[in-house]
Amino acid sequence: MNTINKLFLLLLLCVTAMQINAKEVEIQSLRGNYDLDELSPEPEIKRRRDSDRVKRQFGLQPPVIPHLTKGYKINLKFNKCLTCHSWENVKKTDAPRVGFSHFVDREGANSKKVAGRRYFCVQCHVTQADTPALIENTFKPANK
Amino acid sequence: MSKIWQWLKTPSAKYSAGFLISLSFIVGILFWGGFNTAMELSNQESFCISCHEMEENVYKEYQDTVHYSNRSGVRATCPDCHVPKVWHHKVMRKIRATNELLHKALGTIDTPEKFENKRLELAHHVWDEMKANDSRECRNCHDYESMDYLSQRSRSVKQHIKGFDEGKTCIDCHKGIAHSLPNMATDDPSATR
Repeated sequence: MNTINKLFLLLLLCVTAMQINAKEVEIQSLRGNYDLDELSPEPEIKRRRDSDRVKRQFGLQPPVIPHLTKGYKINLKFNKCLTCHSWENVKKTDAPRVGFSHFVDREGANSKKVAGRRYFCVQCHVTQADTPALIENTFKPANK
Repeated sequence: MSKIWQWLKTPSAKYSAGFLISLSFIVGILFWGGFNTAMELSNQESFCISCHEMEENVYKEYQDTVHYSNRSGVRATCPDCHVPKVWHHKVMRKIRATNELLHKALGTIDTPEKFENKRLELAHHVWDEMKANDSRECRNCHDYESMDYLSQRSRSVKQHIKGFDEGKTCIDCHKGIAHSLPNMATDDPSATR
């Protein structure tokens, strides 16, 4: 074989290799493999500082608070949490409703308003922040 | 009285019309400038808190809130929310403020206890006013057409869109954001003890 033939063969080999390579890579447009008349799914919007409702990790866990509570006051005159979460107000706000247990006082009597021992929401319900765990732990939810 | 009227009616024999016109022009500028400067002086936070009723109650509470101190350092001072920007609304508010001077003199709210007892009534004055003018002073800065829902939190987006659709105004939901709320036992009994 002369040099030209050798070169030609090499070129052929290269082109075949490239073609095999090209078959492995699937070409995709930026909006994904969707037809023109079809909508691609909306990208998930990453929001800071709040999340959807967080599932309980064990039975009877007081649900945690998935939003900021900065500046929310709870005192004798009003309870900021209840302006969204009271039975009256959830109709307007779509927020989770205060549980039945919260209307029973320590004598076991039912009251119309949230009982005194349940009034200070953040004694049990904790505001969540998106931060790394301080200590590595192996905690698993009880129901899993 | 009739003498003064006579004097006002008599044409000037001494001064030229040109002199009188330029004189009244200059006096006019001085008067108008002085009036506006005085009004602007009464439109400053330092003026508002020169009364201890303001400094020791509402001003202290406001210092805990986002309108006083925040990430980007934009502050809304007393007049930004409580005095209209548009001139004729501003003058109307200033005229009504004379009533506040009367109650300052009467000492209606000169102790924290008196203030606390009056708080619900006073808060209702502000809420009703904001409700009536579609929260005009809020909207000087917060225009819902320039809200970026992508940088709002998910619950805010939901509530804002719902509220605007229902034709609500800022103060309908955002009560007690710059000052402590009064006792809400009558307004929202379910949110109190």
